[in-house]
Amino acid sequence: MNGFAAFQRDFAAALFADTSSFAPVSHPAFAVYRNTVMRACLDALEANFPAVACLVGRDWFRSAAAIHVASSPPRDARLAMYGESFADFLAGFEPAGSLPYLADVARLDRLYMESLHAEDVPTLCADRLAALGPGALARTCVRPHPATRWFSSAMPSRTIWEASRRGEAVHADLSWQPEQALVLRTPQGVHVLSAGPLEIDLLEACAAGATLGEATLAAATTHPDARIDLTLSGLLRSGAFATP
Amino acid sequence: MRGPLAAGIGFKPQHIDDVLRCTSPGLWLEVHPENYLGGGPLPAMLDAVADRHPISLHGVSLSLASAAPPDTNHLRRLRRLVDRVKPVLVSEHLAWSSWAGAYLPDLLPFPRTHEALACVVENVQRSQDALGRALSLENPSHYLPIDGHDWSETDFLAELVRRTGCGLLLDVNNVYVSAHNLALDARAYLDAFPLRAVTEIHLAGHAVDDGLAGGLLVDSHDSPIADPVWELYRHVLAIAGARPTLIERDGHVPAFDELHAECQRAAALLSERRMAA
Repeated sequence: MNGFAAFQRDFAAALFADTSSFAPVSHPAFAVYRNTVMRACLDALEANFPAVACLVGRDWFRSAAAIHVASSPPRDARLAMYGESFADFLAGFEPAGSLPYLADVARLDRLYMESLHAEDVPTLCADRLAALGPGALARTCVRPHPATRWFSSAMPSRTIWEASRRGEAVHADLSWQPEQALVLRTPQGVHVLSAGPLEIDLLEACAAGATLGEATLAAATTHPDARIDLTLSGLLRSGAFATP
Repeated sequence: MRGPLAAGIGFKPQHIDDVLRCTSPGLWLEVHPENYLGGGPLPAMLDAVADRHPISLHGVSLSLASAAPPDTNHLRRLRRLVDRVKPVLVSEHLAWSSWAGAYLPDLLPFPRTHEALACVVENVQRSQDALGRALSLENPSHYLPIDGHDWSETDFLAELVRRTGCGLLLDVNNVYVSAHNLALDARAYLDAFPLRAVTEIHLAGHAVDDGLAGGLLVDSHDSPIADPVWELYRHVLAIAGARPTLIERDGHVPAFDELHAECQRAAALLSERRMAA
């Protein structure tokens, strides 16, 4: 390794290390670099995970996030994308054990950011599908829009997330049930909508490349009593899919 | 037809309505492209700003002063944004911010060796080729002395300009902050600066960190521009002539009108200098 690369290696390592033999570290002003890097990473995580920050409070959030930053610094200069493994970190973070829904709330915060910054492609015009005959419709593949995300939790994490994004506490009569959500982007912004297991199954089938016929058939087996046609038509009209 | 660039303001999304309404002659807006590299409402907002005013892209993450080449994916996304908003200026820093795949969100220093110069030249050339246009490089803020320089910063920048054809972004606040922190003479630095290559000037506020030895100055961009920095700016205009000048504010961002007032102050100095020429 040449001298320039070795300097960068040692400097980068010293930014997150408590002790270092790298000479510039002995200068008191080295703290400016350490503080700036850490603060920018913490600001990014706090901005990207607002529901988590609301639930645990700012101080707890930044203390926990600092541990994550030191072991998983950003990999991408787009700091709005930082935190790809933060939910997994929280899931395994022992001091968060009393909040079993925290990692799922973080996942939903993350899906929101992914949707917000996903690439622009035109959404599917449902009227074009409506013009097809039943046979052609069943053979059609539709793919979810790059800004569409879906979410399942074994807990009422969507309700907790919604309240936290508003800075409110959840109602005491919260029903402790699994929840699903659909994350959609319109020109006005990102919307997190209540969804059911059927919507999630249909979206997953379409994302995996199934035709609309195959997706409906599989859903009919899992959800024999559901109005699959209505649910599918609602999804197609919601802007959840991209043009083929 | 737009007139010459005068004084500009760092764009903040919360100011969008004021920015779209503002009709100050010569006003331009600068953004960090890193915030606009995806899709959705943010780049759409930038399109609306670009329809009304000239745009400058001021990158913070290309890590040009690095032994490693710039990220080609990042350059490709940046090129897409350049093609989309057609910026009048594109700039970056004489600093590094990534190492071994990790992004370290700061503008980090390095020893200005012959070896480092060769790396920076190569990285600037690659970036200019990828973006299809010249970049301007900004002089960084310094907080501590780094050993092993072969070049003074001003000579290093002049040589970089000579070898790559890049322009320079002269940050007057950084000159003031660095001169204070390293006990150098700011005016001597400016007199040695390759001013002919300057395409843009930055003005910003700084903070005093009393906790650190000698009251370190930190390039915090979170307050109005300090009087001694305005004084240095007048000196730059006197020796370099009028150049497009940007007011930067990234922390404690006030209402648009307050930034616009600082912008008008710079615009008045620019116009005074143009009249004198």
